[in-house]
Amino acid sequence: MSEHVKIKIEDLNIFFEKKQVVHGLTLDVRANEILSIFGPAGSGITTLLRSLNRLNELIPTSRIEGSILLDDKSIYDSDVSLTELRRKVGMVFDVPTPLPMSIFDNIAYGPRLKGEKNRKVLGEIVEKALQEAALWDEVKNRLKASALSLSGGQQQRLCIARVLALDPDVILLDRPCSGLDPISTSKIEDSLTQLKDRFTIILAPHNTQQAGRVSNRVAFMLMGELIEEGFSDDVFYNPKDHRTNDYITGRFG
Amino acid sequence: MRINPKVSEKIAKVLIWAAALFVLTVLFAIIIYILYKGLPMINWSFLTEIPRNMGRDGGIASAIVGTLLVTTVALVLAVPFGIGTAFYLAEYTREGIVRRIIRFSAESLAGIPSIVYGLFGFIFFVMYLNLGWSVLSGGLTLAVMILPTVIRTSEEAIRAVPDSYREVSFSLGGTKWQTIIKAVFPSAIQGISNGIILGIGRCVAETAAVMLTAGGALRMASSLFSPTRTMAVHFYILAREGISMNNAYGTAALLIILIFIINVVANALVNRFTAKNK
Repeated sequence: MSEHVKIKIEDLNIFFEKKQVVHGLTLDVRANEILSIFGPAGSGITTLLRSLNRLNELIPTSRIEGSILLDDKSIYDSDVSLTELRRKVGMVFDVPTPLPMSIFDNIAYGPRLKGEKNRKVLGEIVEKALQEAALWDEVKNRLKASALSLSGGQQQRLCIARVLALDPDVILLDRPCSGLDPISTSKIEDSLTQLKDRFTIILAPHNTQQAGRVSNRVAFMLMGELIEEGFSDDVFYNPKDHRTNDYITGRFG
Repeated sequence: MRINPKVSEKIAKVLIWAAALFVLTVLFAIIIYILYKGLPMINWSFLTEIPRNMGRDGGIASAIVGTLLVTTVALVLAVPFGIGTAFYLAEYTREGIVRRIIRFSAESLAGIPSIVYGLFGFIFFVMYLNLGWSVLSGGLTLAVMILPTVIRTSEEAIRAVPDSYREVSFSLGGTKWQTIIKAVFPSAIQGISNGIILGIGRCVAETAAVMLTAGGALRMASSLFSPTRTMAVHFYILAREGISMNNAYGTAALLIILIFIINVVANALVNRFTAKNK
């Protein structure tokens, strides 16, 4: 983890029609850290993550106020290329979302969109991405098989590999382990801790234990507001806000 | 009165079986009767010779070619425009008044009797555009006629593609067009092709609209501007005028076989295309 601020979110408000989902959120994400943003369902965490790669814009009723800077440049500037931004800020969704094509084609999907056609280069990208996502050994002999034939945990690692193949700066993971068994979960957590040397990772963990296991820093969100942020140990053992304490100790949520 | 669930289960089963059996019996009876009457008529000369004596003698080669030509023209026009419109409706417009108007129009158009399309084709293509009775007029008319079907089925198929595919594609840096071509289209192709097959069936079987626009010429069509006669029209005239019931059955049997072949081939093509994605 470095002191360099990778993403700077300032006074962010997000609305869907008249409903406000994120309230005046200010948060710095440092380069090469794993930041976990946790909170009960409906806290606006997914919406926050999806604002960082501007995926909320797929919903026509969404509206955004405030600023988000990636490497000191606003991602909402008119000269920002949306496709480039999304390659730089990759996303893994809460349910595994393999496309109905082969394992190879899934990983090569992003590089191909960028225009990469060389079979050999694509092969190298695919192998590297699958290795980094700790999936290579399980699938190296059946890259042509359908991605839908993989197990849930493998599918989710495939989705991580698919993002890695974009060579992103930032990886957003929206509850990537919900619905996965403990073994698959620990495999994914292992690969995350190895990846943070090269990437900045923002994780919506599926419980506070996971947040504690993998992250350097954590942020607690409730009803669209950022309640507290800090180093994992500080927040978990010494929460400043009583609501954080209540949530961690299981009084609600 | 309350019926024992076990008894009602049995009654329901019997009724449903009976309904299916009845329908299948009727369908097979028709097909088998026509094939029984028509298949003996089909031989090499029936397939390769041009009708003589108004169709009393000779074969139906020119009607086969006419059918294929008119259908091809209709498909070449209706498929790209139909699929394009479907993508516009499904991907480029929001649910709203415009889309509802377009969908309502398409649905209404799909329900109009084909003779009305025939009349429109006759007035507009044959007379006004001066294309005459021709392969082109017939194909254009059929294209207009099957467009609503192609649009509706394609739109349904496109909208049935899970939104997560689109989200994934966008999140991996895809543009809208790349997303449509690479993520949405391959998943929708099965449904789209069903619509096209339906359209082909209607083209091949259509009589009234083609008779008014492609004419009834017995000679072999030599260009898009030649008048021609399709198999369905040929069959209608043979039977209606009492020229030759035997040749009429032969034509009908061949129509059934042709539609069967088109279905099998189209399904095989789609399966080959989608096999690697399953």
